[in-house]
Amino acid sequence: MPVEGETISALARRLRAGDVTSEAITEACLESVAAQNDSLNAFITVTATSAREQAREADREFAQGRHRGPLHGVPISLKDLLDVAGVPTTAASRVRSGHVASKDAPAVARLRAAGAVFVGKCNLHEFAFGTTNDESAFGPAHHPVDLLRSPGGSSGGSAVSVAAGMAYASVGTDTGGSVRIPAAACGLVGLKPSHDEISTAGIVPLSFTMDHVGALCRSVEDAAFLYDALAAAQPGNASPPAAHVRLGVPSDYFLAVLDPEVASEFDRACTRLRAAGVVLEDVAIPHASTIAAIYLHIVLAEAAAYHANTLDERPGDYTDGVRLRLELGRYVLAEDYVRARRGREVLRHEVDHVLAGRDGLLLPSLAVPAPLIGATTIRIGSTEEPLRPLMLRLTQLFNLTGHPAITMPCGRTAAGLPLGIQVAGHASATPALLRVARTIEPLVASAG
Amino acid sequence: MSHRSAYNAAVTITAWIEFAIADAEARGLPALRDLLSGLARSTAILRAADWNDDVSAPSDSRPAPDAR
Repeated sequence: MPVEGETISALARRLRAGDVTSEAITEACLESVAAQNDSLNAFITVTATSAREQAREADREFAQGRHRGPLHGVPISLKDLLDVAGVPTTAASRVRSGHVASKDAPAVARLRAAGAVFVGKCNLHEFAFGTTNDESAFGPAHHPVDLLRSPGGSSGGSAVSVAAGMAYASVGTDTGGSVRIPAAACGLVGLKPSHDEISTAGIVPLSFTMDHVGALCRSVEDAAFLYDALAAAQPGNASPPAAHVRLGVPSDYFLAVLDPEVASEFDRACTRLRAAGVVLEDVAIPHASTIAAIYLHIVLAEAAAYHANTLDERPGDYTDGVRLRLELGRYVLAEDYVRARRGREVLRHEVDHVLAGRDGLLLPSLAVPAPLIGATTIRIGSTEEPLRPLMLRLTQLFNLTGHPAITMPCGRTAAGLPLGIQVAGHASATPALLRVARTIEPLVASAG
Repeated sequence: MSHRSAYNAAVTITAWIEFAIADAEARGLPALRDLLSGLARSTAILRAADWNDDVSAPSDSRPAPDAR
């Protein structure tokens, strides 16, 4: 039977030892889906029959002594943007009704080759164009800790599926933070690798400049397993001792607008890191104040271009909010899109500069705890802040620049809502980021 | 801002947003008004950034192009 909060690493040991079968674990996950999905709405499509077949095949291979790796026989879920052969890819939209994928996306094919068992396709913010999963043709996903709250998005259903024990991990996409935001909001690890490391073919796009495939799971070690399978990478070397880790903390813009409990937990995590010998140094991203404007012009223009035909032909099939934001993108002038692309280069150089001689950058993952479903603003101190830009504020930089970034659990609010801390690494050096994250993961988790 | 950039910003963005709002309303999308106003504020930030290309500036003052 599944152990609550069990990692892929632990399950893989049990499967390899023959203590449990993939069929039994998969059945338990499917039972968890059946028991909880009506209230949590994490899944759009549950692929129970094929999951059972995959699990039985995994068990047959185990009996023959064939082990494909740590994902072999492990039930995982997939954001409903990724094509799985024979299964609809809805993108949480009526626009895609009737679609059935003819083949696996390359990322999915790699997971299948690694022996993963696909529990189903998860709910998301329609076309990944949002940070809360509120706007979906299938209704919002609900936070496992508080059903009135959003799990974050856009990979909200993915996060819920893992946090609520319906899957051991999920693979999603991250364009402005859509893996890291829900992972942080739901108390999970969320990895966005470097840009272009994992193919986005066979995945419904939002912004070709900033789309990344990422993973939501329960530990950094599990994230490394998923990364290794998705990127066909080699397993990394041992993680550095804490006293050898040097991190930059970009303050100013990134710490300027934070929920007080987020700020407090981040400060406590920094104290624990320093006590363990980690060197933390204040750094600055000089053009940080332009991040949101640059991101907005790129994502709006690219998303609008992709959706142009269906916006003309079947506008009513979109949710209202997503339709409006896509229509907004049609008014971005070409010269401003080009300005944004230039600004992206500037930010990339600035992030490279502050990373020089350091192992990574450290900052909170999400400026606020999981918001209420339907909220469009949130109060920070005496100010009512617009929600969407605040949800993106701490993550979108690394989508613009392509640097890898990972969120890890970092305490909870007094009300029990999870919080996250983020580390960003050198470009094209995701394995090094994962090694550093393994070192600091136990240090940033709340001591209380 | 210099007189030149203030002129460009005031006229071009203002003219653009007036057109955009009128166009959106003509297309039956009056709800775009607030979103367009927000976009205009972002566009102003973008245009005011000091990394924007300047034809009159020395060529080596531009940020190095990125191979990626």
